[in-house]
Amino acid sequence: MTLHPKDRAIVEATQAGLPLVQAPFEVIAETLGMSEAELLERLARLKEQGVIRRIGAAPNHYRLGLSSNGMTVWDVDDAVVDELGERVGALPFVTHSYRRPRALPDWPYNLFAMVHGADRDEVHAKRADIADLLGDACRSSDILFSTRILKKTGMRLRRKER
Amino acid sequence: MSDTLSKLDRRLINRLQDDLPLTSRPFAEIAEDFGLEEQEVVDLARRLRDDGYLTRFGPFFDAEALGGAFCLCAMAVPEDRFEEVLTKVNAHAEVAHNYERDHRLNMWFVLATESQKDIADTAAVIEQETGLQVLLFPKEREFFIGFRVNA
Repeated sequence: MTLHPKDRAIVEATQAGLPLVQAPFEVIAETLGMSEAELLERLARLKEQGVIRRIGAAPNHYRLGLSSNGMTVWDVDDAVVDELGERVGALPFVTHSYRRPRALPDWPYNLFAMVHGADRDEVHAKRADIADLLGDACRSSDILFSTRILKKTGMRLRRKER
Repeated sequence: MSDTLSKLDRRLINRLQDDLPLTSRPFAEIAEDFGLEEQEVVDLARRLRDDGYLTRFGPFFDAEALGGAFCLCAMAVPEDRFEEVLTKVNAHAEVAHNYERDHRLNMWFVLATESQKDIADTAAVIEQETGLQVLLFPKEREFFIGFRVNA
């Protein structure tokens, strides 16, 4: 999908965040040299297209005391993995949930759900909730705690070479 | 940096995670619901961001809809080679983030490239440079997330 140059400019102007003022869109529109009405229209269209998922706050899990994060992984019957995946994703403590291919024989898991908690015990308790939800459809599971952040860069749209 | 959150702060952190309306004064509704002035909401939000409780306030983009390719990758790195392999892996600009995890597969990173072909190519180069296998776990389906930090 190719973005309209104006939409691309909107992405570039907002990916670091919106200014926290009463009229943030007016400020962005001004820097882009377009009317606020046009910006709001384009943002609405980008949302319809799924380019923008939502506009809001990204909480800092660590700062909020959720310092333990576990990647829970599950080997779920292919016939029901999508249906159950939706329900796992909807749990209030799951931050990401994906279906991914297995890498047999080492890796039998096809459902990934990221769980944050104050400590490992809390993450284990939440894992047990997911296990209850999956029931017999789940053949095996594991949990991988992160022990170190080795690299973290924002995924930024790179500026096109001009 | 403030280290205590009031009840109001916590309520606001939750509310600010909801989708902001696309209007000229997007904080007006929150202000009304909270019985605050708009400027108070904006000031509180800014303080929460400046104090690091919010990493960011703005649009969440679907990275793939923007035209890139992404893939979760994992490697089983022998402990005595960990730092050497890490240096080689992280040297690639395509490695967006990388986590150590307590598992035989102990290095988990995301490749972010322009195209799907670049994913396979980058993984192949890392395999060549390290002599270790790179397992690819591309996203086949993403499930809707109802997550809110219970602040």
